[in-house]
Amino acid sequence: MTLVLSLKAQPPQRLDLSSLVPHLLKGKSAKEIAEIDLATTKEPAKVGDIFRVRAGSVDEIRFDGGSERFDNLGAGSTTGRVVLTGDAGSNVARKLAGGEVIVTGHVGPYAGSGIESGRLEIIGDAGDFLAAPREGEMHGMSGGTLIVRGTVGDRAGDRLRRGTVIIEGDAGDWLGSRLVAGTLVVLGAVGLNPGYLMRRGTLALANPPDLPPYFVDCGAYFAAFAPVFGRAMKPESAGTERLFRGALHRFAGDMSVLGKGEIFVPA
Amino acid sequence: MPGITRNGVRIDDSFAEAFPMRGTALLITGPNRKWARQAAVTMTGFATSVIGCGVEAGIDGDVDPRDTPDGRPGVRVLMFAMSSNELQNQLTNRVGQCVLTSPGSACFADLTAPDELKLGDLLRYFGDGWQISKKFGGRHFWRIPVMDGEFLCEATTSFTKGAVGGGNLLICGADYESTLRAAEAAIEQMDKVKGAIMPFPGGIVRSGSKVGSRYKVLHASTNDAFCPTLRGQVATALDDDLGCVLEIVIDGLTEAAVAEAMRVGLAAIVKLGPKKGARRVSAGNYGGKLGPFHFHLKELAP
Repeated sequence: MTLVLSLKAQPPQRLDLSSLVPHLLKGKSAKEIAEIDLATTKEPAKVGDIFRVRAGSVDEIRFDGGSERFDNLGAGSTTGRVVLTGDAGSNVARKLAGGEVIVTGHVGPYAGSGIESGRLEIIGDAGDFLAAPREGEMHGMSGGTLIVRGTVGDRAGDRLRRGTVIIEGDAGDWLGSRLVAGTLVVLGAVGLNPGYLMRRGTLALANPPDLPPYFVDCGAYFAAFAPVFGRAMKPESAGTERLFRGALHRFAGDMSVLGKGEIFVPA
Repeated sequence: MPGITRNGVRIDDSFAEAFPMRGTALLITGPNRKWARQAAVTMTGFATSVIGCGVEAGIDGDVDPRDTPDGRPGVRVLMFAMSSNELQNQLTNRVGQCVLTSPGSACFADLTAPDELKLGDLLRYFGDGWQISKKFGGRHFWRIPVMDGEFLCEATTSFTKGAVGGGNLLICGADYESTLRAAEAAIEQMDKVKGAIMPFPGGIVRSGSKVGSRYKVLHASTNDAFCPTLRGQVATALDDDLGCVLEIVIDGLTEAAVAEAMRVGLAAIVKLGPKKGARRVSAGNYGGKLGPFHFHLKELAP
């Protein structure tokens, strides 16, 4: 039996759920868990006030029912699984360092911000700044895997450092801005100016917009990396495997900075 | 030496004495089977014996495109050395000169073991700054731009300290033809054993050696006791009905792989029988005091 937290009613304030992750709940009784305060205002908001708690193993924490007010879901988690049925707010799985976080609904901005390792899957849509760094941070996501089945907002993959991001829906403007390294795949449509100021790293766009002039044509791409990456991603995203199985064309940029990044598009 | 007889083939009550080695495995792929094999053959050339080549290397087998990371035909290569340093040096040189250079090739680690060797981590510098690092699915690759596209190379591979080198069979026949036939029959079956290679030309060595020589500079010299033309001049190990000896040397990633290769080789020789093939099978050892692994022919005989 896993620990299940069923939402009683929409919470009266934004909540900080970062304490409800497997490694922090280890050894706590259901009663102790119900006493944890999630409040972000002067008014207390204990777990027991917001959720019906069904005790169980904390290796997997299940949230039945979500809210746009759920911030920091699975943030800093290092192990196990956090599964939320419903929507979540900002900073989902921020600084995730292992294990898995799954959200079935839509999430707010900064989902997957600064993920270090592990896996985040969002079945719905995500807001702006997917996988991006927060204010003052040098890098965004630095490892692991992030899958969004729906669409994402602007600046997705900002300052991505390492790891793989797959967006199966559409992406907004400034995709992969200031990208440092890592791989970002978009199967849907992409807004304006992808790869703005990217230094290294890879964007793969199944439906690319007109690429900005600071990307230069590097011709047909047919090397072994494409099938190896595609096949490795097959369990996560069949569409990604299809994209990398087909003929690809390579553009390099952003030539206004280092220029060692690349954009793959279908040939 | 009183031994046993199987299907008319005399099997000595002797054993092969083998030594611990460092071993690693690579998977080399190419645009088609011909070029995957070409890269593997080139890389494992001049790798018969650690005495003069630094490493012993060979092809473990073909790998189906369905089982390779890039979906192209592959070949598994095994490489063995006496020290981790030598294995690292030889790996870098051989992959750098023979696989990186081979048209359309890619190179992957193909062994799970605790110790690591650098592969793409060293070869990447060939990219002169244009190399691209890619980490996904728990693996780390380097993409190195080359004139036919890109050389994809795994960053590291593993090596085992539990590898075993020096398993052997001494195949003794009446004449050259029958002895070679028996050796070839053995190799055909032994090639199918996974995790073991026979590093000599076509798997067979005709110049078996003993330890030491009468010359100061030479640490190994011809195994005179098994040389048919010296039978009157030395303390020969050959019976009157034997006129030719060929040896098969086996290196394996595990002791079990070496034993299995020797077992199927012995079975093939016995099956062929003494008329068409070998009359006697022996094995080389140093009295059992030098190598920790002893493969007794009697226990491996069919």
